[in-house]
Amino acid sequence: METIAMPAVNIASIMPECILSVVAMVLLLVNVFVPGKDKGYLGWLSIVGLAVTAASVVSGWGAPQMGFGGAVMQDNFAIFFKVIFLISAGLAILISDRYMVQEDCNQGELYPLILFSTVGMMLMASGTDLMVIFLGLEVLSVSLYVLAGWNRENIKSNEAGLKYFLLGAFSTGFLLYGMALTYGATGTTKLAGIQNHVMATPAIAANPIFVVGMLLIAVGFSFKIAAAPFHMWTPDVYEGAPTPMTAFMSAGPKAAGFAAFLRVMIFAFPMLGHNLTELLWILAVLTMTVGNIIALSQDNIKRMLAYSSIAHAGYALVGFTALNREGIAGILFYMLSYAFMNIGAFAVIVLVGKKGEKNGTVQDFAGLGYKKPVLAVLFSVFLFSLAGMPPTAGFIGKFYLFSAAIKSGYTGLAIIGVLNSAASVYYYLRVMVFMYMKDAQEDFEWAGVTAPIALCLLVTVVATLVMGVVPGTILELAQKAVQF
Amino acid sequence: MLALENYLVLSAILFSIGTIGVLTRRNAIVIFMCVEMMLNAVNLTLVAFSRYLGNIDGQVFVFFIMTVAAAEAAVGLALMIAFYKNRESIDVEDINMMKL
Repeated sequence: METIAMPAVNIASIMPECILSVVAMVLLLVNVFVPGKDKGYLGWLSIVGLAVTAASVVSGWGAPQMGFGGAVMQDNFAIFFKVIFLISAGLAILISDRYMVQEDCNQGELYPLILFSTVGMMLMASGTDLMVIFLGLEVLSVSLYVLAGWNRENIKSNEAGLKYFLLGAFSTGFLLYGMALTYGATGTTKLAGIQNHVMATPAIAANPIFVVGMLLIAVGFSFKIAAAPFHMWTPDVYEGAPTPMTAFMSAGPKAAGFAAFLRVMIFAFPMLGHNLTELLWILAVLTMTVGNIIALSQDNIKRMLAYSSIAHAGYALVGFTALNREGIAGILFYMLSYAFMNIGAFAVIVLVGKKGEKNGTVQDFAGLGYKKPVLAVLFSVFLFSLAGMPPTAGFIGKFYLFSAAIKSGYTGLAIIGVLNSAASVYYYLRVMVFMYMKDAQEDFEWAGVTAPIALCLLVTVVATLVMGVVPGTILELAQKAVQF
Repeated sequence: MLALENYLVLSAILFSIGTIGVLTRRNAIVIFMCVEMMLNAVNLTLVAFSRYLGNIDGQVFVFFIMTVAAAEAAVGLALMIAFYKNRESIDVEDINMMKL
């Protein structure tokens, strides 16, 4: 047995994670020692922390840092994803305060927990060792279990937390078993080591231990990105969790799941390309179709957006199936635009909602177009973008993903994707029909907009439109992030 | 000394028992215990491989898994208590407020 050699530590490779963890721990203490019921200031402090972290992340662009003996790699791919996580955490924090005050669960620990789960996501994106990816995933998940069950008095939130926890832990079991078998077959947990081993011994593709390990890893990640048939937890958790946390969950952790999934599958399993794409093809078609068909019949808007988020994971899987540079860049672009448009839509839901998660059905949006015209227009922009109509970010993202599929010869898959996208227009437009063509059933009580939510709406709507009209710069950055 | 296969078969059996338990049991705490069993089956696999390969990575991985499982248990049991306070039950049949 070898002795444990201390690997070369390179703090620069995990600097952003360090900064954000310290900020989160300081905020925990601030929350304890500063008295008072108003916790909104913690949100602003978190935003400052996220901004500093973002500056640290972005400064590493173009200069990959490897650390801890190859266990962590902060390259452009990781940086692009980290920016997505930081943006979605910031936007979710902006819409949290108003909701938490309204629902009477305004404990200050909320903000540090959001930051900790962001740290987990960042570790997942830059992890190049199965151990680091697992640790990042767990830091992310354990914080999110708490956030999903945050509203202790609300039984739906309890259920969401418990369900997320049980199914999340269950899926972690599969992921870990897959990692253990992969380790056994290749003798290392480092992705680069696995890649070398697979390249050197092609016969490994027939080794049942390795194949089963790879399949179990794919199953574990499919749970995390909510791909059908492993999506069963998503609707219940998204519906029950506090609305701002649903917004966060649908944007950040889903992108983190894709980041780790992409890294593991592309870096570590190049020899299995062909078998892998067949599997991903089925996964993509199932995920898109199941998500869109069930979303058609939903009345609860959060539940509808939950099924829509399953469908969106399916669109991203189309790019994954293509497995070319455009496809991967398309996923990066799509995850960024999805963070903006989805959190924007959830910000509107937070504004329309009333205490006890009331006003959450499609019918409650009736007549909104006349009572709150600006809000209704914003919501329409987000829904158009989710449906994939020009000139919004959602259109460009889908266009890119589907054209990547065609380029790789998966024309059938692209056609199924477009048909799915067309079907999805029905349930997005249905909300707009209610907003503009139906009379409100009762007087609409308006609690007013707060500065943070206004800021969130402004950022999301501008980003959704700008990424739709002039996507060039961001697409170029996404292309540069994919250097393999 | 037992061969590697014996350990792998044992851990596969343990993992399967855990999986079946999660799918068939009704009590949330028992389900959680089954999940822990799955994780420990993974630990056994890792240690067996680590010993067989003469490579210490697997054992390090086990320490991480144990730590994470403890953190998960703390959060999970707290969520169960919150649920129990509202519903007076931790039967998963009672996790039914949200349906299609």
